[in-house]
Amino acid sequence: MSQGDLFIVFIALIGGAIRVSTPFMFVALGECLTEKSGRINLGLEGNLVLGAMVAYAGSYTTGSPWLGVLMAGCSGLVLGAMHGYICKLPKVNDIAVGIAFMSFGIGLAFFFGKPYIQPTAPRLEAIPLGGWSSDPLVAQALQVNPLFFLGIALALFLRWAFANTRWGLILRMTGDSAASARAMGVSVDLVRLLATAAGGFLAGVGGAFLSLFYPGSWNEGLSSGQGLMAVALVIFARWDPIRCVLAALLFGAAGALGPSLQSIGVSQGYYFFNAAPYILTLFIMIASARSKSAAREAPGELSIVK
Amino acid sequence: MNIAARPAPDSLPLRAPSLQTIGMTKTFGAFTALDDVSIDVKPGSFHALLGENGAGKSTLVKCIMGFYTPEHGSVLLDGKEVEVRSPRDARALGIGMVYQQFTLVPCLTAAENLVISRADAPAIIDWKAEKQRLEAFMERMPFRVPLNEQVSSLSAGEKQKLEILKLLYLEQRFVILDEPTSVLTPGEADEVLGLLGDMARRGEVTVLMISHKFREVKAFCDSFTVLRRGRLTGAGDAQTATVAEMSRMMIGDTEIRERAERRKHNDRPAVLELAGLVAEDGEGRPVLNAINLKVKAGEIVGIAGVSGNGQSALVEALAGQRPLKDGAIFIHGKPFEPKRGDFDRFKVFGLPEEPLKNATVPRMSVAENMAFRAFDKAPMASLGWWLSPGPMRKRAEELIDRYRVKTTSADAPIETLSGGNVQRAVLARELSGDVDVLIVANPCFGLDFASVSEIRSQIMEQRNRGAAVLLVSEDLDEILELADRVAVMSGGAIGYVAAIEDTDRNTIGQHMAGH
Repeated sequence: MSQGDLFIVFIALIGGAIRVSTPFMFVALGECLTEKSGRINLGLEGNLVLGAMVAYAGSYTTGSPWLGVLMAGCSGLVLGAMHGYICKLPKVNDIAVGIAFMSFGIGLAFFFGKPYIQPTAPRLEAIPLGGWSSDPLVAQALQVNPLFFLGIALALFLRWAFANTRWGLILRMTGDSAASARAMGVSVDLVRLLATAAGGFLAGVGGAFLSLFYPGSWNEGLSSGQGLMAVALVIFARWDPIRCVLAALLFGAAGALGPSLQSIGVSQGYYFFNAAPYILTLFIMIASARSKSAAREAPGELSIVK
Repeated sequence: MNIAARPAPDSLPLRAPSLQTIGMTKTFGAFTALDDVSIDVKPGSFHALLGENGAGKSTLVKCIMGFYTPEHGSVLLDGKEVEVRSPRDARALGIGMVYQQFTLVPCLTAAENLVISRADAPAIIDWKAEKQRLEAFMERMPFRVPLNEQVSSLSAGEKQKLEILKLLYLEQRFVILDEPTSVLTPGEADEVLGLLGDMARRGEVTVLMISHKFREVKAFCDSFTVLRRGRLTGAGDAQTATVAEMSRMMIGDTEIRERAERRKHNDRPAVLELAGLVAEDGEGRPVLNAINLKVKAGEIVGIAGVSGNGQSALVEALAGQRPLKDGAIFIHGKPFEPKRGDFDRFKVFGLPEEPLKNATVPRMSVAENMAFRAFDKAPMASLGWWLSPGPMRKRAEELIDRYRVKTTSADAPIETLSGGNVQRAVLARELSGDVDVLIVANPCFGLDFASVSEIRSQIMEQRNRGAAVLLVSEDLDEILELADRVAVMSGGAIGYVAAIEDTDRNTIGQHMAGH
């Protein structure tokens, strides 16, 4: 492997990290928000796939991809709110409901998405940030979608809001000690319902990125478990929005490993490198299960922590 | 931001209210928890509410706080009748309570806990200004806690102080404390109660304290009310009334507890030996710090300490519920692994705290729970695996009879029994055989008077028969009554060991505080 090849792989990895990380980022931030309130929504994979379908359909019918993004978010909001509502009923387990909602969201997307597999919808425009370089590879890698920046801004905002707003403190309080929240007159169920709905909205937006930017079309094999991996990522990021973004970038780079190696002609082990994000998930789960500081930072009300 | 509109706490008239209840009655089904109880707490007083467990103290304050709606009766604040339908109403009226379970949020800092507890917490918090205000508030307070620490890293004493500070921060001038000193060292308890007493005398707060410790009542309170079985049995001036009078009001004339008889032993060999036990909590922080201790045959070693200093971890380690990082346990000089086989071989028995959680399967029947030690032996089992319910049931019925366990039948799920009866059932299972080593933790917690003396005499009987007894208790009186030697645990280590006749409450208290 020559110097040039290394450079190509490096640029491709960075470009891939930026491209592939965006849906991870949105789902992880949504899940982070939900888990901070003391509830787990495993169904975000469903929100992601349904969001992808709705965004594509919305963009195709209205002609505006941004309207599609908004519609995708709203579809996620509805799924999240349903999850939140069902979980407040007595003796309902949020993890079981989450798995049901994952299947429900995916099924809904496949059912209504059939007519949109063929047609071409207007896609989101990227911001070309690679204009300074004459290298077409660099220019191509730095075609960054505005949603990527939106996600980073959102992470900064969440981090600030968790510490500096009344809502942030109430959310953390609900997630850490429902009894204290109740003693203070906070409606625990309402806080969790809102947090799950908002988390669902973000996951829906993440889905819109899949169908409207990268890979950039709607089909049934669009998501390959990103929604589920994002849940693992939140644990890895120890419930911190900024660390969620960093973890998403790491996952994105891992996902881009296979294609970027292929671009310099290394096709051996292509499938193995494509599986990198999944292997990474597995190792991260093992590592974070042993981590004692993760246990300290976990919201006390999560059913996996109790 | 509406902080500017809030009057600065300095300028508020710091006036303590009076509170009366008139004819409070509360029933739960057929059970009358409160029967026509009227109490009178004068403004600026430090009032003790005394009573045994189950006397109705908690029910009364929960009625005042709006958790329960009483059938009859009313609450008068400063002489005016007030309607308290929920804790929120109570809060608006300036009535606040410190509960036995902390209501602080562990993941938030002390400052965050204080600010968010305010009803008018601003939507966007200006931390710089808030911190300044909090510092200024702390300046005026008799005790302080670190503001920027996460509550989960504060000690139990600091948490208790923060709970009280929270009430004062919310400008609640009628403060109810529910057994506030159970998690404090005697020194800390004296500090907190003394300072609150000073505030009450200056007319800044009125305090109503639930307690059953006469020492505290005599030292800090100026008036008291006693409840027994839901009825008012007395009230008066805490300084002039004698302890004997108060205790008669509390427990009635008939029941005077007999102390279990202690038989003299000559020097006996050590049976249980703990050598350098080290253990960690789930997050890797040390909870046991090289524990060394020997317990001789026919001896009770009492482990005193403020709750949360590693006592539970020690019991868990001995029961096999918590892995040891280092160290070893020896019984009769042989290494002991806390596993079923070794428990059996070395005749080690135990009564852990919260027995329903730690020593029973709540939904299995009393008979099955009582057979946990012997279900795989004859006559309950043949070949070690074929169980026969007949002998199991017969044995359980004998034990129920002998230990006077109140249950509808041997087949009732053990969770349907009252706390004292669960305790008796477990004790029956653990003490029915030949005992060499007995490990007991807070055996009398939450039990009524009769059960306490019964269980204590059972423990003493095992000692007299020659068992080595390790008694972990947060009740110093229990240790002073039962133990031959006392060891004090503080910060996960044993810092002080002394024969009971060579020490006293003060010395033990100082070592509990870690000195």
